[in-house]
Amino acid sequence: MIELIDVHKTFDGNEVLKGISTTFEEGKTNLIIGQSGSGKTVLMKSVIGLHQIEQGKILYDGRNIPNMNSGQLRELRKEMGMLFQGSALFDFMPVLKNVMFPLEMFSNMTQKEKEERAKFCLQCVNLDPSCFNLYPSEISGGMQKRVAIARAIALKPRYLFCDEPNSGLDPFTSLGIDRLIHDITVEFNMITVVNTHDMNSVMEIGDNIVFIRKGHKEWQGSSANIFNSGNQYLDEFVFASNLNKKIKQANDLIMNN
Amino acid sequence: MFILDFFKTIGRYTLLMKKVFSRPDKWKMTFRQIVIEMETLGLSSLGIVFIISIFIGAIMTIQLKLNTSNPLLPEEMTGYATRDTLLLEFSSTIMCLILAGKVGSNIASEIGSMRITEQIDALEIMGINSANYLIFPKIVAFVLMIPCLVVMSMAVGLFGGYCVGVFSDIISSVAYIGGIQLWFIPYYVFYSIVKSLVFAFIITSVSSYYGYYAYGGALDVGKASTNAVVNSSILILLSNLVITNFMLV
Ligand SMILES: Nc1ncnc2c1ncn2[C@@H]1O[C@H](COP(=O)(O)OP(=O)(O)O)[C@@H](O)[C@H]1O
Ligand SMILES: [Mg+2]
Repeated sequence: MIELIDVHKTFDGNEVLKGISTTFEEGKTNLIIGQSGSGKTVLMKSVIGLHQIEQGKILYDGRNIPNMNSGQLRELRKEMGMLFQGSALFDFMPVLKNVMFPLEMFSNMTQKEKEERAKFCLQCVNLDPSCFNLYPSEISGGMQKRVAIARAIALKPRYLFCDEPNSGLDPFTSLGIDRLIHDITVEFNMITVVNTHDMNSVMEIGDNIVFIRKGHKEWQGSSANIFNSGNQYLDEFVFASNLNKKIKQANDLIMNN
Repeated sequence: MFILDFFKTIGRYTLLMKKVFSRPDKWKMTFRQIVIEMETLGLSSLGIVFIISIFIGAIMTIQLKLNTSNPLLPEEMTGYATRDTLLLEFSSTIMCLILAGKVGSNIASEIGSMRITEQIDALEIMGINSANYLIFPKIVAFVLMIPCLVVMSMAVGLFGGYCVGVFSDIISSVAYIGGIQLWFIPYYVFYSIVKSLVFAFIITSVSSYYGYYAYGGALDVGKASTNAVVNSSILILLSNLVITNFMLV
């Protein structure tokens, strides 16, 4: 379990996170949703310790990140995997080498075992073996995201973080990636945190949803009760698309009858 | 304001160097990187060092000869002056200024683009000391390679001057060969190599600093690389004064 208690983060006088408390549970996909610019990325980077927070606690199974020295932080990070918004693959190495990289650094496997583990992870994300020796710039954005997920899970992390895993992808690929994240979370009983502003993902994999607005936590719940939260801002976010509005109307009709 | 920025930069640079010179997560990977960097930073600079040195050696010989034409001066003086200029300043200081442009911008833009595309964050989140992994091999590799580049530049520069003697009648080859052997002081070579080691450290560490703290977009990577070249050049010139003061005066 990751527990956030009253997390504050300010950049040059601009308070981006204004006291956020929540918990992320294991075996579930925990979503952070909110409009673009609401501070989702900043929250995630604060949780993993890339941004230093001014106030508050971030407890990883009881271990508080702001209290750690760089050595302890590095140890904890070996249990983390992260998918960055722009994939952040190392562009000077081919796909397979990218996935093998964390294994090279931190495992005592033989070359053959490392290669097998990397290939297994790439299979998990349904990447075609013909791409294994291509460079990141030679594959599509959706493939890059999948490679990045494979790299993130190579060391069997306990904590998985995904920053907008489906931004800029077509609905079909995007759905595939959502399901993939959800499946590996359940299968390996990981604590997964996903940033998104995509309502399809919210409905598809939202076990535990945290809605962020202007640096505050507006609402927390699951995809089952997101349509009748009664929160004005959440409704604005959720019903921004026509399709969801229609669903809401249909839903209300059924309820009323 | 300016003073404050100056001390802030010094502080951040020192902290970065502390991170760079800590124990690598895996020596094997570091050694591998060092070998790769020796190629990308050192070997790939051989060409430019060769071309510049041979031409400057030749032109220096011609200019010295033409501008000191005095029947009282022995003809050997041209070769002698060419040699000492090469050994003392050209092959170390001027060569390193040129390499600051090539190697410095290469390093700053490489690390800078890794920064803005979150590749450095990706290293950090894997639990890797990114500064150590990326910067340490570059510094070590270039510091190891620079003496070779400097010595090669000296040799090629002298050869450039010799070519003038062979291919024209501005100066006789015999006088030139005699001149470059006149009053040779081996300590000058040592002095040059020591200087170049310091310059190599300045180029790699300062450029890495600007790349590592790049922030923003592609434009900012360009700015980082300009800053890297300008500031490492200034530092090279300043440290040249200091070192010369200690070693020759
Ligand atoms: N490194 C930074 N320095 C200063 N301000 C930042 C930084 N990162 C993000 N911000 C600010 O924080 C706010 C939230 O950004 P972000 O978390 O990236 O939004 P999103 O929810 O779209 O991921 C933005 O207003 C942005 O300007
Ligand atoms: Mg974001």
